[in-house]
Amino acid sequence: MTGTGVGPVLVSLDGVDAGYGNTHVLHDVNFHIHEDQFTGIVGPSGAGKTTLLRLLLGTLNASGGTISRAPKLSTAYVPQLETVNWDFPITVFECVLMSRTQGRVMPWASKTEKTQVHSVLERLGIDDLAQRHIRELSGGQQQRMFLARALLRQPQLLLLDEPTSGVDVSTRHDVLHLLADLHEEGMAIVLTTHDLNGMAAHLPHLVCVNGRIIADGSPNEVITPDVLELTYGARMEVLQHLGMPVVVDSGGPVLVQKDIA
Amino acid sequence: MNWWHTIVEPLQFAFFQKGLLVATLSGALLGFIGVFIVLRGMSYIGHGLSHAVFGGFAAFQLFAAQFYIIGAGVWGIVSALAITQVTRRSRVGADAAIGVVTTASFALGVALFAKFGSSGPSFDNALFGSILGITPVQIAGLVVVCFITAAFVFLRYRPLLFSTFDPDVADVSGVSVSRVEAGLMIVLSLSILATLTIIGVTLVAAMLVIPAVIARMLTDSFGRMLAYSTIVGSICGLLGMYLSYFAGVPSGTMIVLVGAVFFVIVLAITGGRGLRRTSGLDDHSAAEPMRAPAVTG
Repeated sequence: MTGTGVGPVLVSLDGVDAGYGNTHVLHDVNFHIHEDQFTGIVGPSGAGKTTLLRLLLGTLNASGGTISRAPKLSTAYVPQLETVNWDFPITVFECVLMSRTQGRVMPWASKTEKTQVHSVLERLGIDDLAQRHIRELSGGQQQRMFLARALLRQPQLLLLDEPTSGVDVSTRHDVLHLLADLHEEGMAIVLTTHDLNGMAAHLPHLVCVNGRIIADGSPNEVITPDVLELTYGARMEVLQHLGMPVVVDSGGPVLVQKDIA
Repeated sequence: MNWWHTIVEPLQFAFFQKGLLVATLSGALLGFIGVFIVLRGMSYIGHGLSHAVFGGFAAFQLFAAQFYIIGAGVWGIVSALAITQVTRRSRVGADAAIGVVTTASFALGVALFAKFGSSGPSFDNALFGSILGITPVQIAGLVVVCFITAAFVFLRYRPLLFSTFDPDVADVSGVSVSRVEAGLMIVLSLSILATLTIIGVTLVAAMLVIPAVIARMLTDSFGRMLAYSTIVGSICGLLGMYLSYFAGVPSGTMIVLVGAVFFVIVLAITGGRGLRRTSGLDDHSAAEPMRAPAVTG
C-alpha cells in the first residue's frame, strides 16, 4: 500500500487561506492530493478539518492562495451521519440511486441502474436492506449506505467526513478495511477523523491540522508527542505496538473509588 | 336514491362543475408541490409567499386590470426568488426578513383593496376562496400550471430529491442546487397564484402542508409520499367543494377543514408510528443553507 501520494496530482492547494466571513480558519495551507493517496486529516474540534475537506470538494472558496484541480475530476463525498435527517421518507435503494443525476431523467431506475445499485449494495453487504427505510439501519449500515451512494458515482477521489464517528469498534474496522480495499483498487481517499489510533493502524498517511498544517507524513512520522502537543495543545504519550504508534491520553482525570461507586 | 341525488344535484350548475374541477386540481397541485415544501422545511416560506402574491394581485388589479394575473405572477416569482436569496444567505434573521417583506406585501394588498376596491374577485373571496366567477382563463391557467409543475418535477426528479434530502452532497455531486431551488420557488409561486381564488390567500399554506403531512404518516417512501399527497389533496378539494356548496361557506375554508379531518383520522389510524414519521418534518435545519456552514473541525 502506498497512499502517500506519488501519482499525478488531483487537487492542489498552494498557500491557501480560508474561513467563514471574518473568521479565519486555515492559514497558508499547502496540500496536494495525488491519484494514489489514502490520507487521514486529524486535529481537534474547530481546527479546520471540515474546512480543508470543503476546500478539496470545491464547496468553499479560498480567501487567499490558489486551488487547482485535475480536468474532469470526479469526486464523491460521504457526509457525517449526524448531519443527515434520518426521518426523511426514503428507502436505502432510493438513497443510493439519487446520486445518479446525470444522463437519465426518468424518476424510476432503469434495469441497468437497478443492477448497479444492487451490485454496490451487495458489495457493501447491505443488499438485503435495499427496501428498508434509512432510519431502520444501524450506524455501520448507514455509513455503508452513504459509501454505496458515493461509489455508484465511480469517483476518482472519495472524501469522507468523520466516517468512524458514532460507530462501534467492529464497524470502524470494517469501514476502514473497506476503504483500504477501495484504495487498493485505485481510488484516492481523504477522510477526517478524531480517531488517532484507528488512523495510525489503517492509514499510510496522516495530516495534522490546527489552523494550519502542523505535520504531514506516515503515522510514525506524525504521531509523536511534539506534533500532538502542537496540534492538540496537550502533551500525550505515544507508545509503540507492533510497529505502530499508539496514543495514550495520560492527562485525563484520575478515576477514584468514589467515582465508581 | 338520496345520496346519488345529493352528488348529482349541484352538478347541474355550470359554476359548480367549474368549481369542482378547479378545486380538485388545486388540491392535487398543492398536495403534490407541498411534499417538497414540507420536506425542505419551507412551510413558512409557502405561507409568506401566498401573502406576498396577494399584494401583487391587488396592485395589478388596480393598475393593469386586464393583466393582473400576469402581474401577480411576476410579483410572486420575484418574491419567491428574493425569499430564496434571503434564506440561502443567512438562516439567522431569515424568518424575520421573510415575515416583514411578505406581510408588508399583504398589508399593501389590503390597503389597495380597501381604498380602491377590486375589478376582479372580492376581498373576501381572495382571502378565503370562492367558486363563483371562475373564468375559462383561470381554468386554463390552472391546467397549464399543473402541467408545468408535473413536467418540472418529472424532468428534475432526481436533482430535486437529492437537493431536498442532502443539499450539501448534492452540490458536490453535480446538482446545481441553487437552480433547482429557484425552479421550485417559481413553480411554487405559480401554484399559489393559480389556486389563490379558489382556496384563498390565507388558506393556501394549509393545503401545501396538510396533504403532505398526512402522506408522510402513511409511508416511508418518497415516491409513494408524492402520490399519496396528490391524491389526498385532490380528495380534499373535491369533498371540500361539495361541503362548501351545501354549507354555504367559502370553498377554501371547507377544503382545509376536510384536510384537517383527514389528518385527525389518519393520525388515529397510524398512531405513534404516524407521529414518529412526522417528527422531522419542517425542521428548519433541514433547509439550512449548507454553503454557509457552522465552523466545525
